[in-house]
Amino acid sequence: MAEIQIKNVAKSFGAYQALNNINLTVADQEFMVLLGASGCGKSTLLRIIAGLETATSGEVWVGGKRIDHLSPKDRGIAMVFQNYAVFPHLTVFENIGFGLRMQKLPNDEVTRRVEKVSELMHIEMLLKRYSGELSGGQRQRVAVARALAMEPDVILMDEPLSNLDALLRMEMRAELKGVLAASKTTAIYVTHDQVEAMSMADRISVMHEGNIVQAASPIEVYRDPAAKFVASFIGNPPMNFLPATPAGKGKWKVAGQSFDGPDTDQPALHFAIRPEDMALAEKGLSAIAKVVEPLGAHLLVTCQVDGAMFRVVLDSDTVVTSGQTLILAPQSDRIRWFDPETTFAIA
Amino acid sequence: MTDATAIDTPADTRKSGRFLYIASVVLLCAWVIVPIYFLLINTLSSPEAVNSFPKSLIPEFDFGSLQFFAGFEGMLAALKNSVVVALMTMVMSIIIGAPAGYALSRFDFPGKGLFRMLILLTRAFPLPLLALPLAVMFIQTGLDDTSFGLALVHTTLALPFSVLITFSLFSGIPIELEEAAWTLGCTRLTAFTKVVLPLILPGITASAIFAFVISWNEVFAAAVLTIENRTLTAFLLQNLDTTALHLKFAGGFILVVPALIFIFAVRKYLFAMWGIANR
Repeated sequence: MAEIQIKNVAKSFGAYQALNNINLTVADQEFMVLLGASGCGKSTLLRIIAGLETATSGEVWVGGKRIDHLSPKDRGIAMVFQNYAVFPHLTVFENIGFGLRMQKLPNDEVTRRVEKVSELMHIEMLLKRYSGELSGGQRQRVAVARALAMEPDVILMDEPLSNLDALLRMEMRAELKGVLAASKTTAIYVTHDQVEAMSMADRISVMHEGNIVQAASPIEVYRDPAAKFVASFIGNPPMNFLPATPAGKGKWKVAGQSFDGPDTDQPALHFAIRPEDMALAEKGLSAIAKVVEPLGAHLLVTCQVDGAMFRVVLDSDTVVTSGQTLILAPQSDRIRWFDPETTFAIA
Repeated sequence: MTDATAIDTPADTRKSGRFLYIASVVLLCAWVIVPIYFLLINTLSSPEAVNSFPKSLIPEFDFGSLQFFAGFEGMLAALKNSVVVALMTMVMSIIIGAPAGYALSRFDFPGKGLFRMLILLTRAFPLPLLALPLAVMFIQTGLDDTSFGLALVHTTLALPFSVLITFSLFSGIPIELEEAAWTLGCTRLTAFTKVVLPLILPGITASAIFAFVISWNEVFAAAVLTIENRTLTAFLLQNLDTTALHLKFAGGFILVVPALIFIFAVRKYLFAMWGIANR
């Protein structure tokens, strides 16, 4: 059992506040992804959990034990680094067995475990090589194998796939997900790549400027973003926003059209819809097509609605020319509303 | 390179440019190699051949000069002193210099930039300026005329280099390697001994050899601070006007050769000090 609890963790570097009062619980065997743009504090949080960085305040608990005062070696946490950190002076075998040797395990146990994880990561033929003789993808596998060989309660990964090329990244993504699920460890995975986050995570914590904005399942983060930041950060292309003004009880006026919305007395709201949640119709938002991009699987049209930029994803067979006016009907159950002041979602 | 410039540059201009280039290379090489070659010839010739004229351009492989050198009163003791002082300098400059290099590359502390500059500043004061106060101080503390005292001075001279060389070596080792070692069960110390040390050992050796050579070649402090226990450089200097020509050649040769071999062996690490890629 290794549930991770982060309680009121804050970190400042001098006057710069890197993390504000983070609270997060990662369930046993859960795959949690910390997602955010660079500089949002996600790597700092990971390093605090690993013990490579000391929190300014707050507590870190793993499996019911407070660990934030322990040095990294006593935390039972393995880590995979962005640049792999494979020791160049040791063979792959000794790299994977490094942590086991530090635990002074007998030789045959080291060999058994190294062989087991190297088979799992498909690197059993590389055991005698040195890091300099490996490709980036192979080094990545060694780094993961080295972490798994420790049989840790918790495994932390700091952008482990960002140095691989696109095709390899896709392959490793699926493989890592499978391996980690089978190993039954709790995993925290840091990335700035939303596709990686969506495809691998049990839950995603979206971070922004030192805060966790939303921690929820990938589909929930996508469908019901808790704040405008999440809505525009996740999804490619991102969510569309339009200003809305009140038009009677529970009714809101958006670009000359009336929509059912939340029943509040706010003076203004933001109406939001994902580009793929709209269809061409007789009645709806009128949009002037500006740029038409055929992407194969679908057609991406960048339009203007009421002077604001607005993107829509249509079926690839649709014929749209620049300058044409499209009438777009948003799918009513996919419309979301945000408070323009706080930027948070309104249910 | 565009076609236009190729047309503007006639073939003979490029040819003469190339000639100038090769001629400069040859001249610079000769500048260094010719004196050393003469040193070699004269060392490996009999004392009579050294003092005669014209000179032969081929060494006759006579060890008379070297034998005379070895038999000269006090010479072997001076050679021994040189080795002892150089070894002490080597050990001390690494023991003091490597941790400083590590700290410079791994920790952020106030005044780091200033500290790096101050390290170089230790070489800004000419030794003759320091020699008198040093000599007085050494006499007061009883360090005068000892190998250890001289090694202290030589360590001061070698330290800036050992700090800067090790600084660049440590900086070349990603901190993630150490961090990975920590998460795999190492303390700061075991991570250093198991990961960092094996990686920088060749560089440390180079830095040590460099310190050895600095001490080996140093003559001023050696001449001022020692009387009985002179190093080879100081001893040769002292006897410069009284000894025979072949003795000077042999002594010069004995001084040049280790320095030359060592520097050649560690050249790529000395480049590393200035941040030039290893070749």
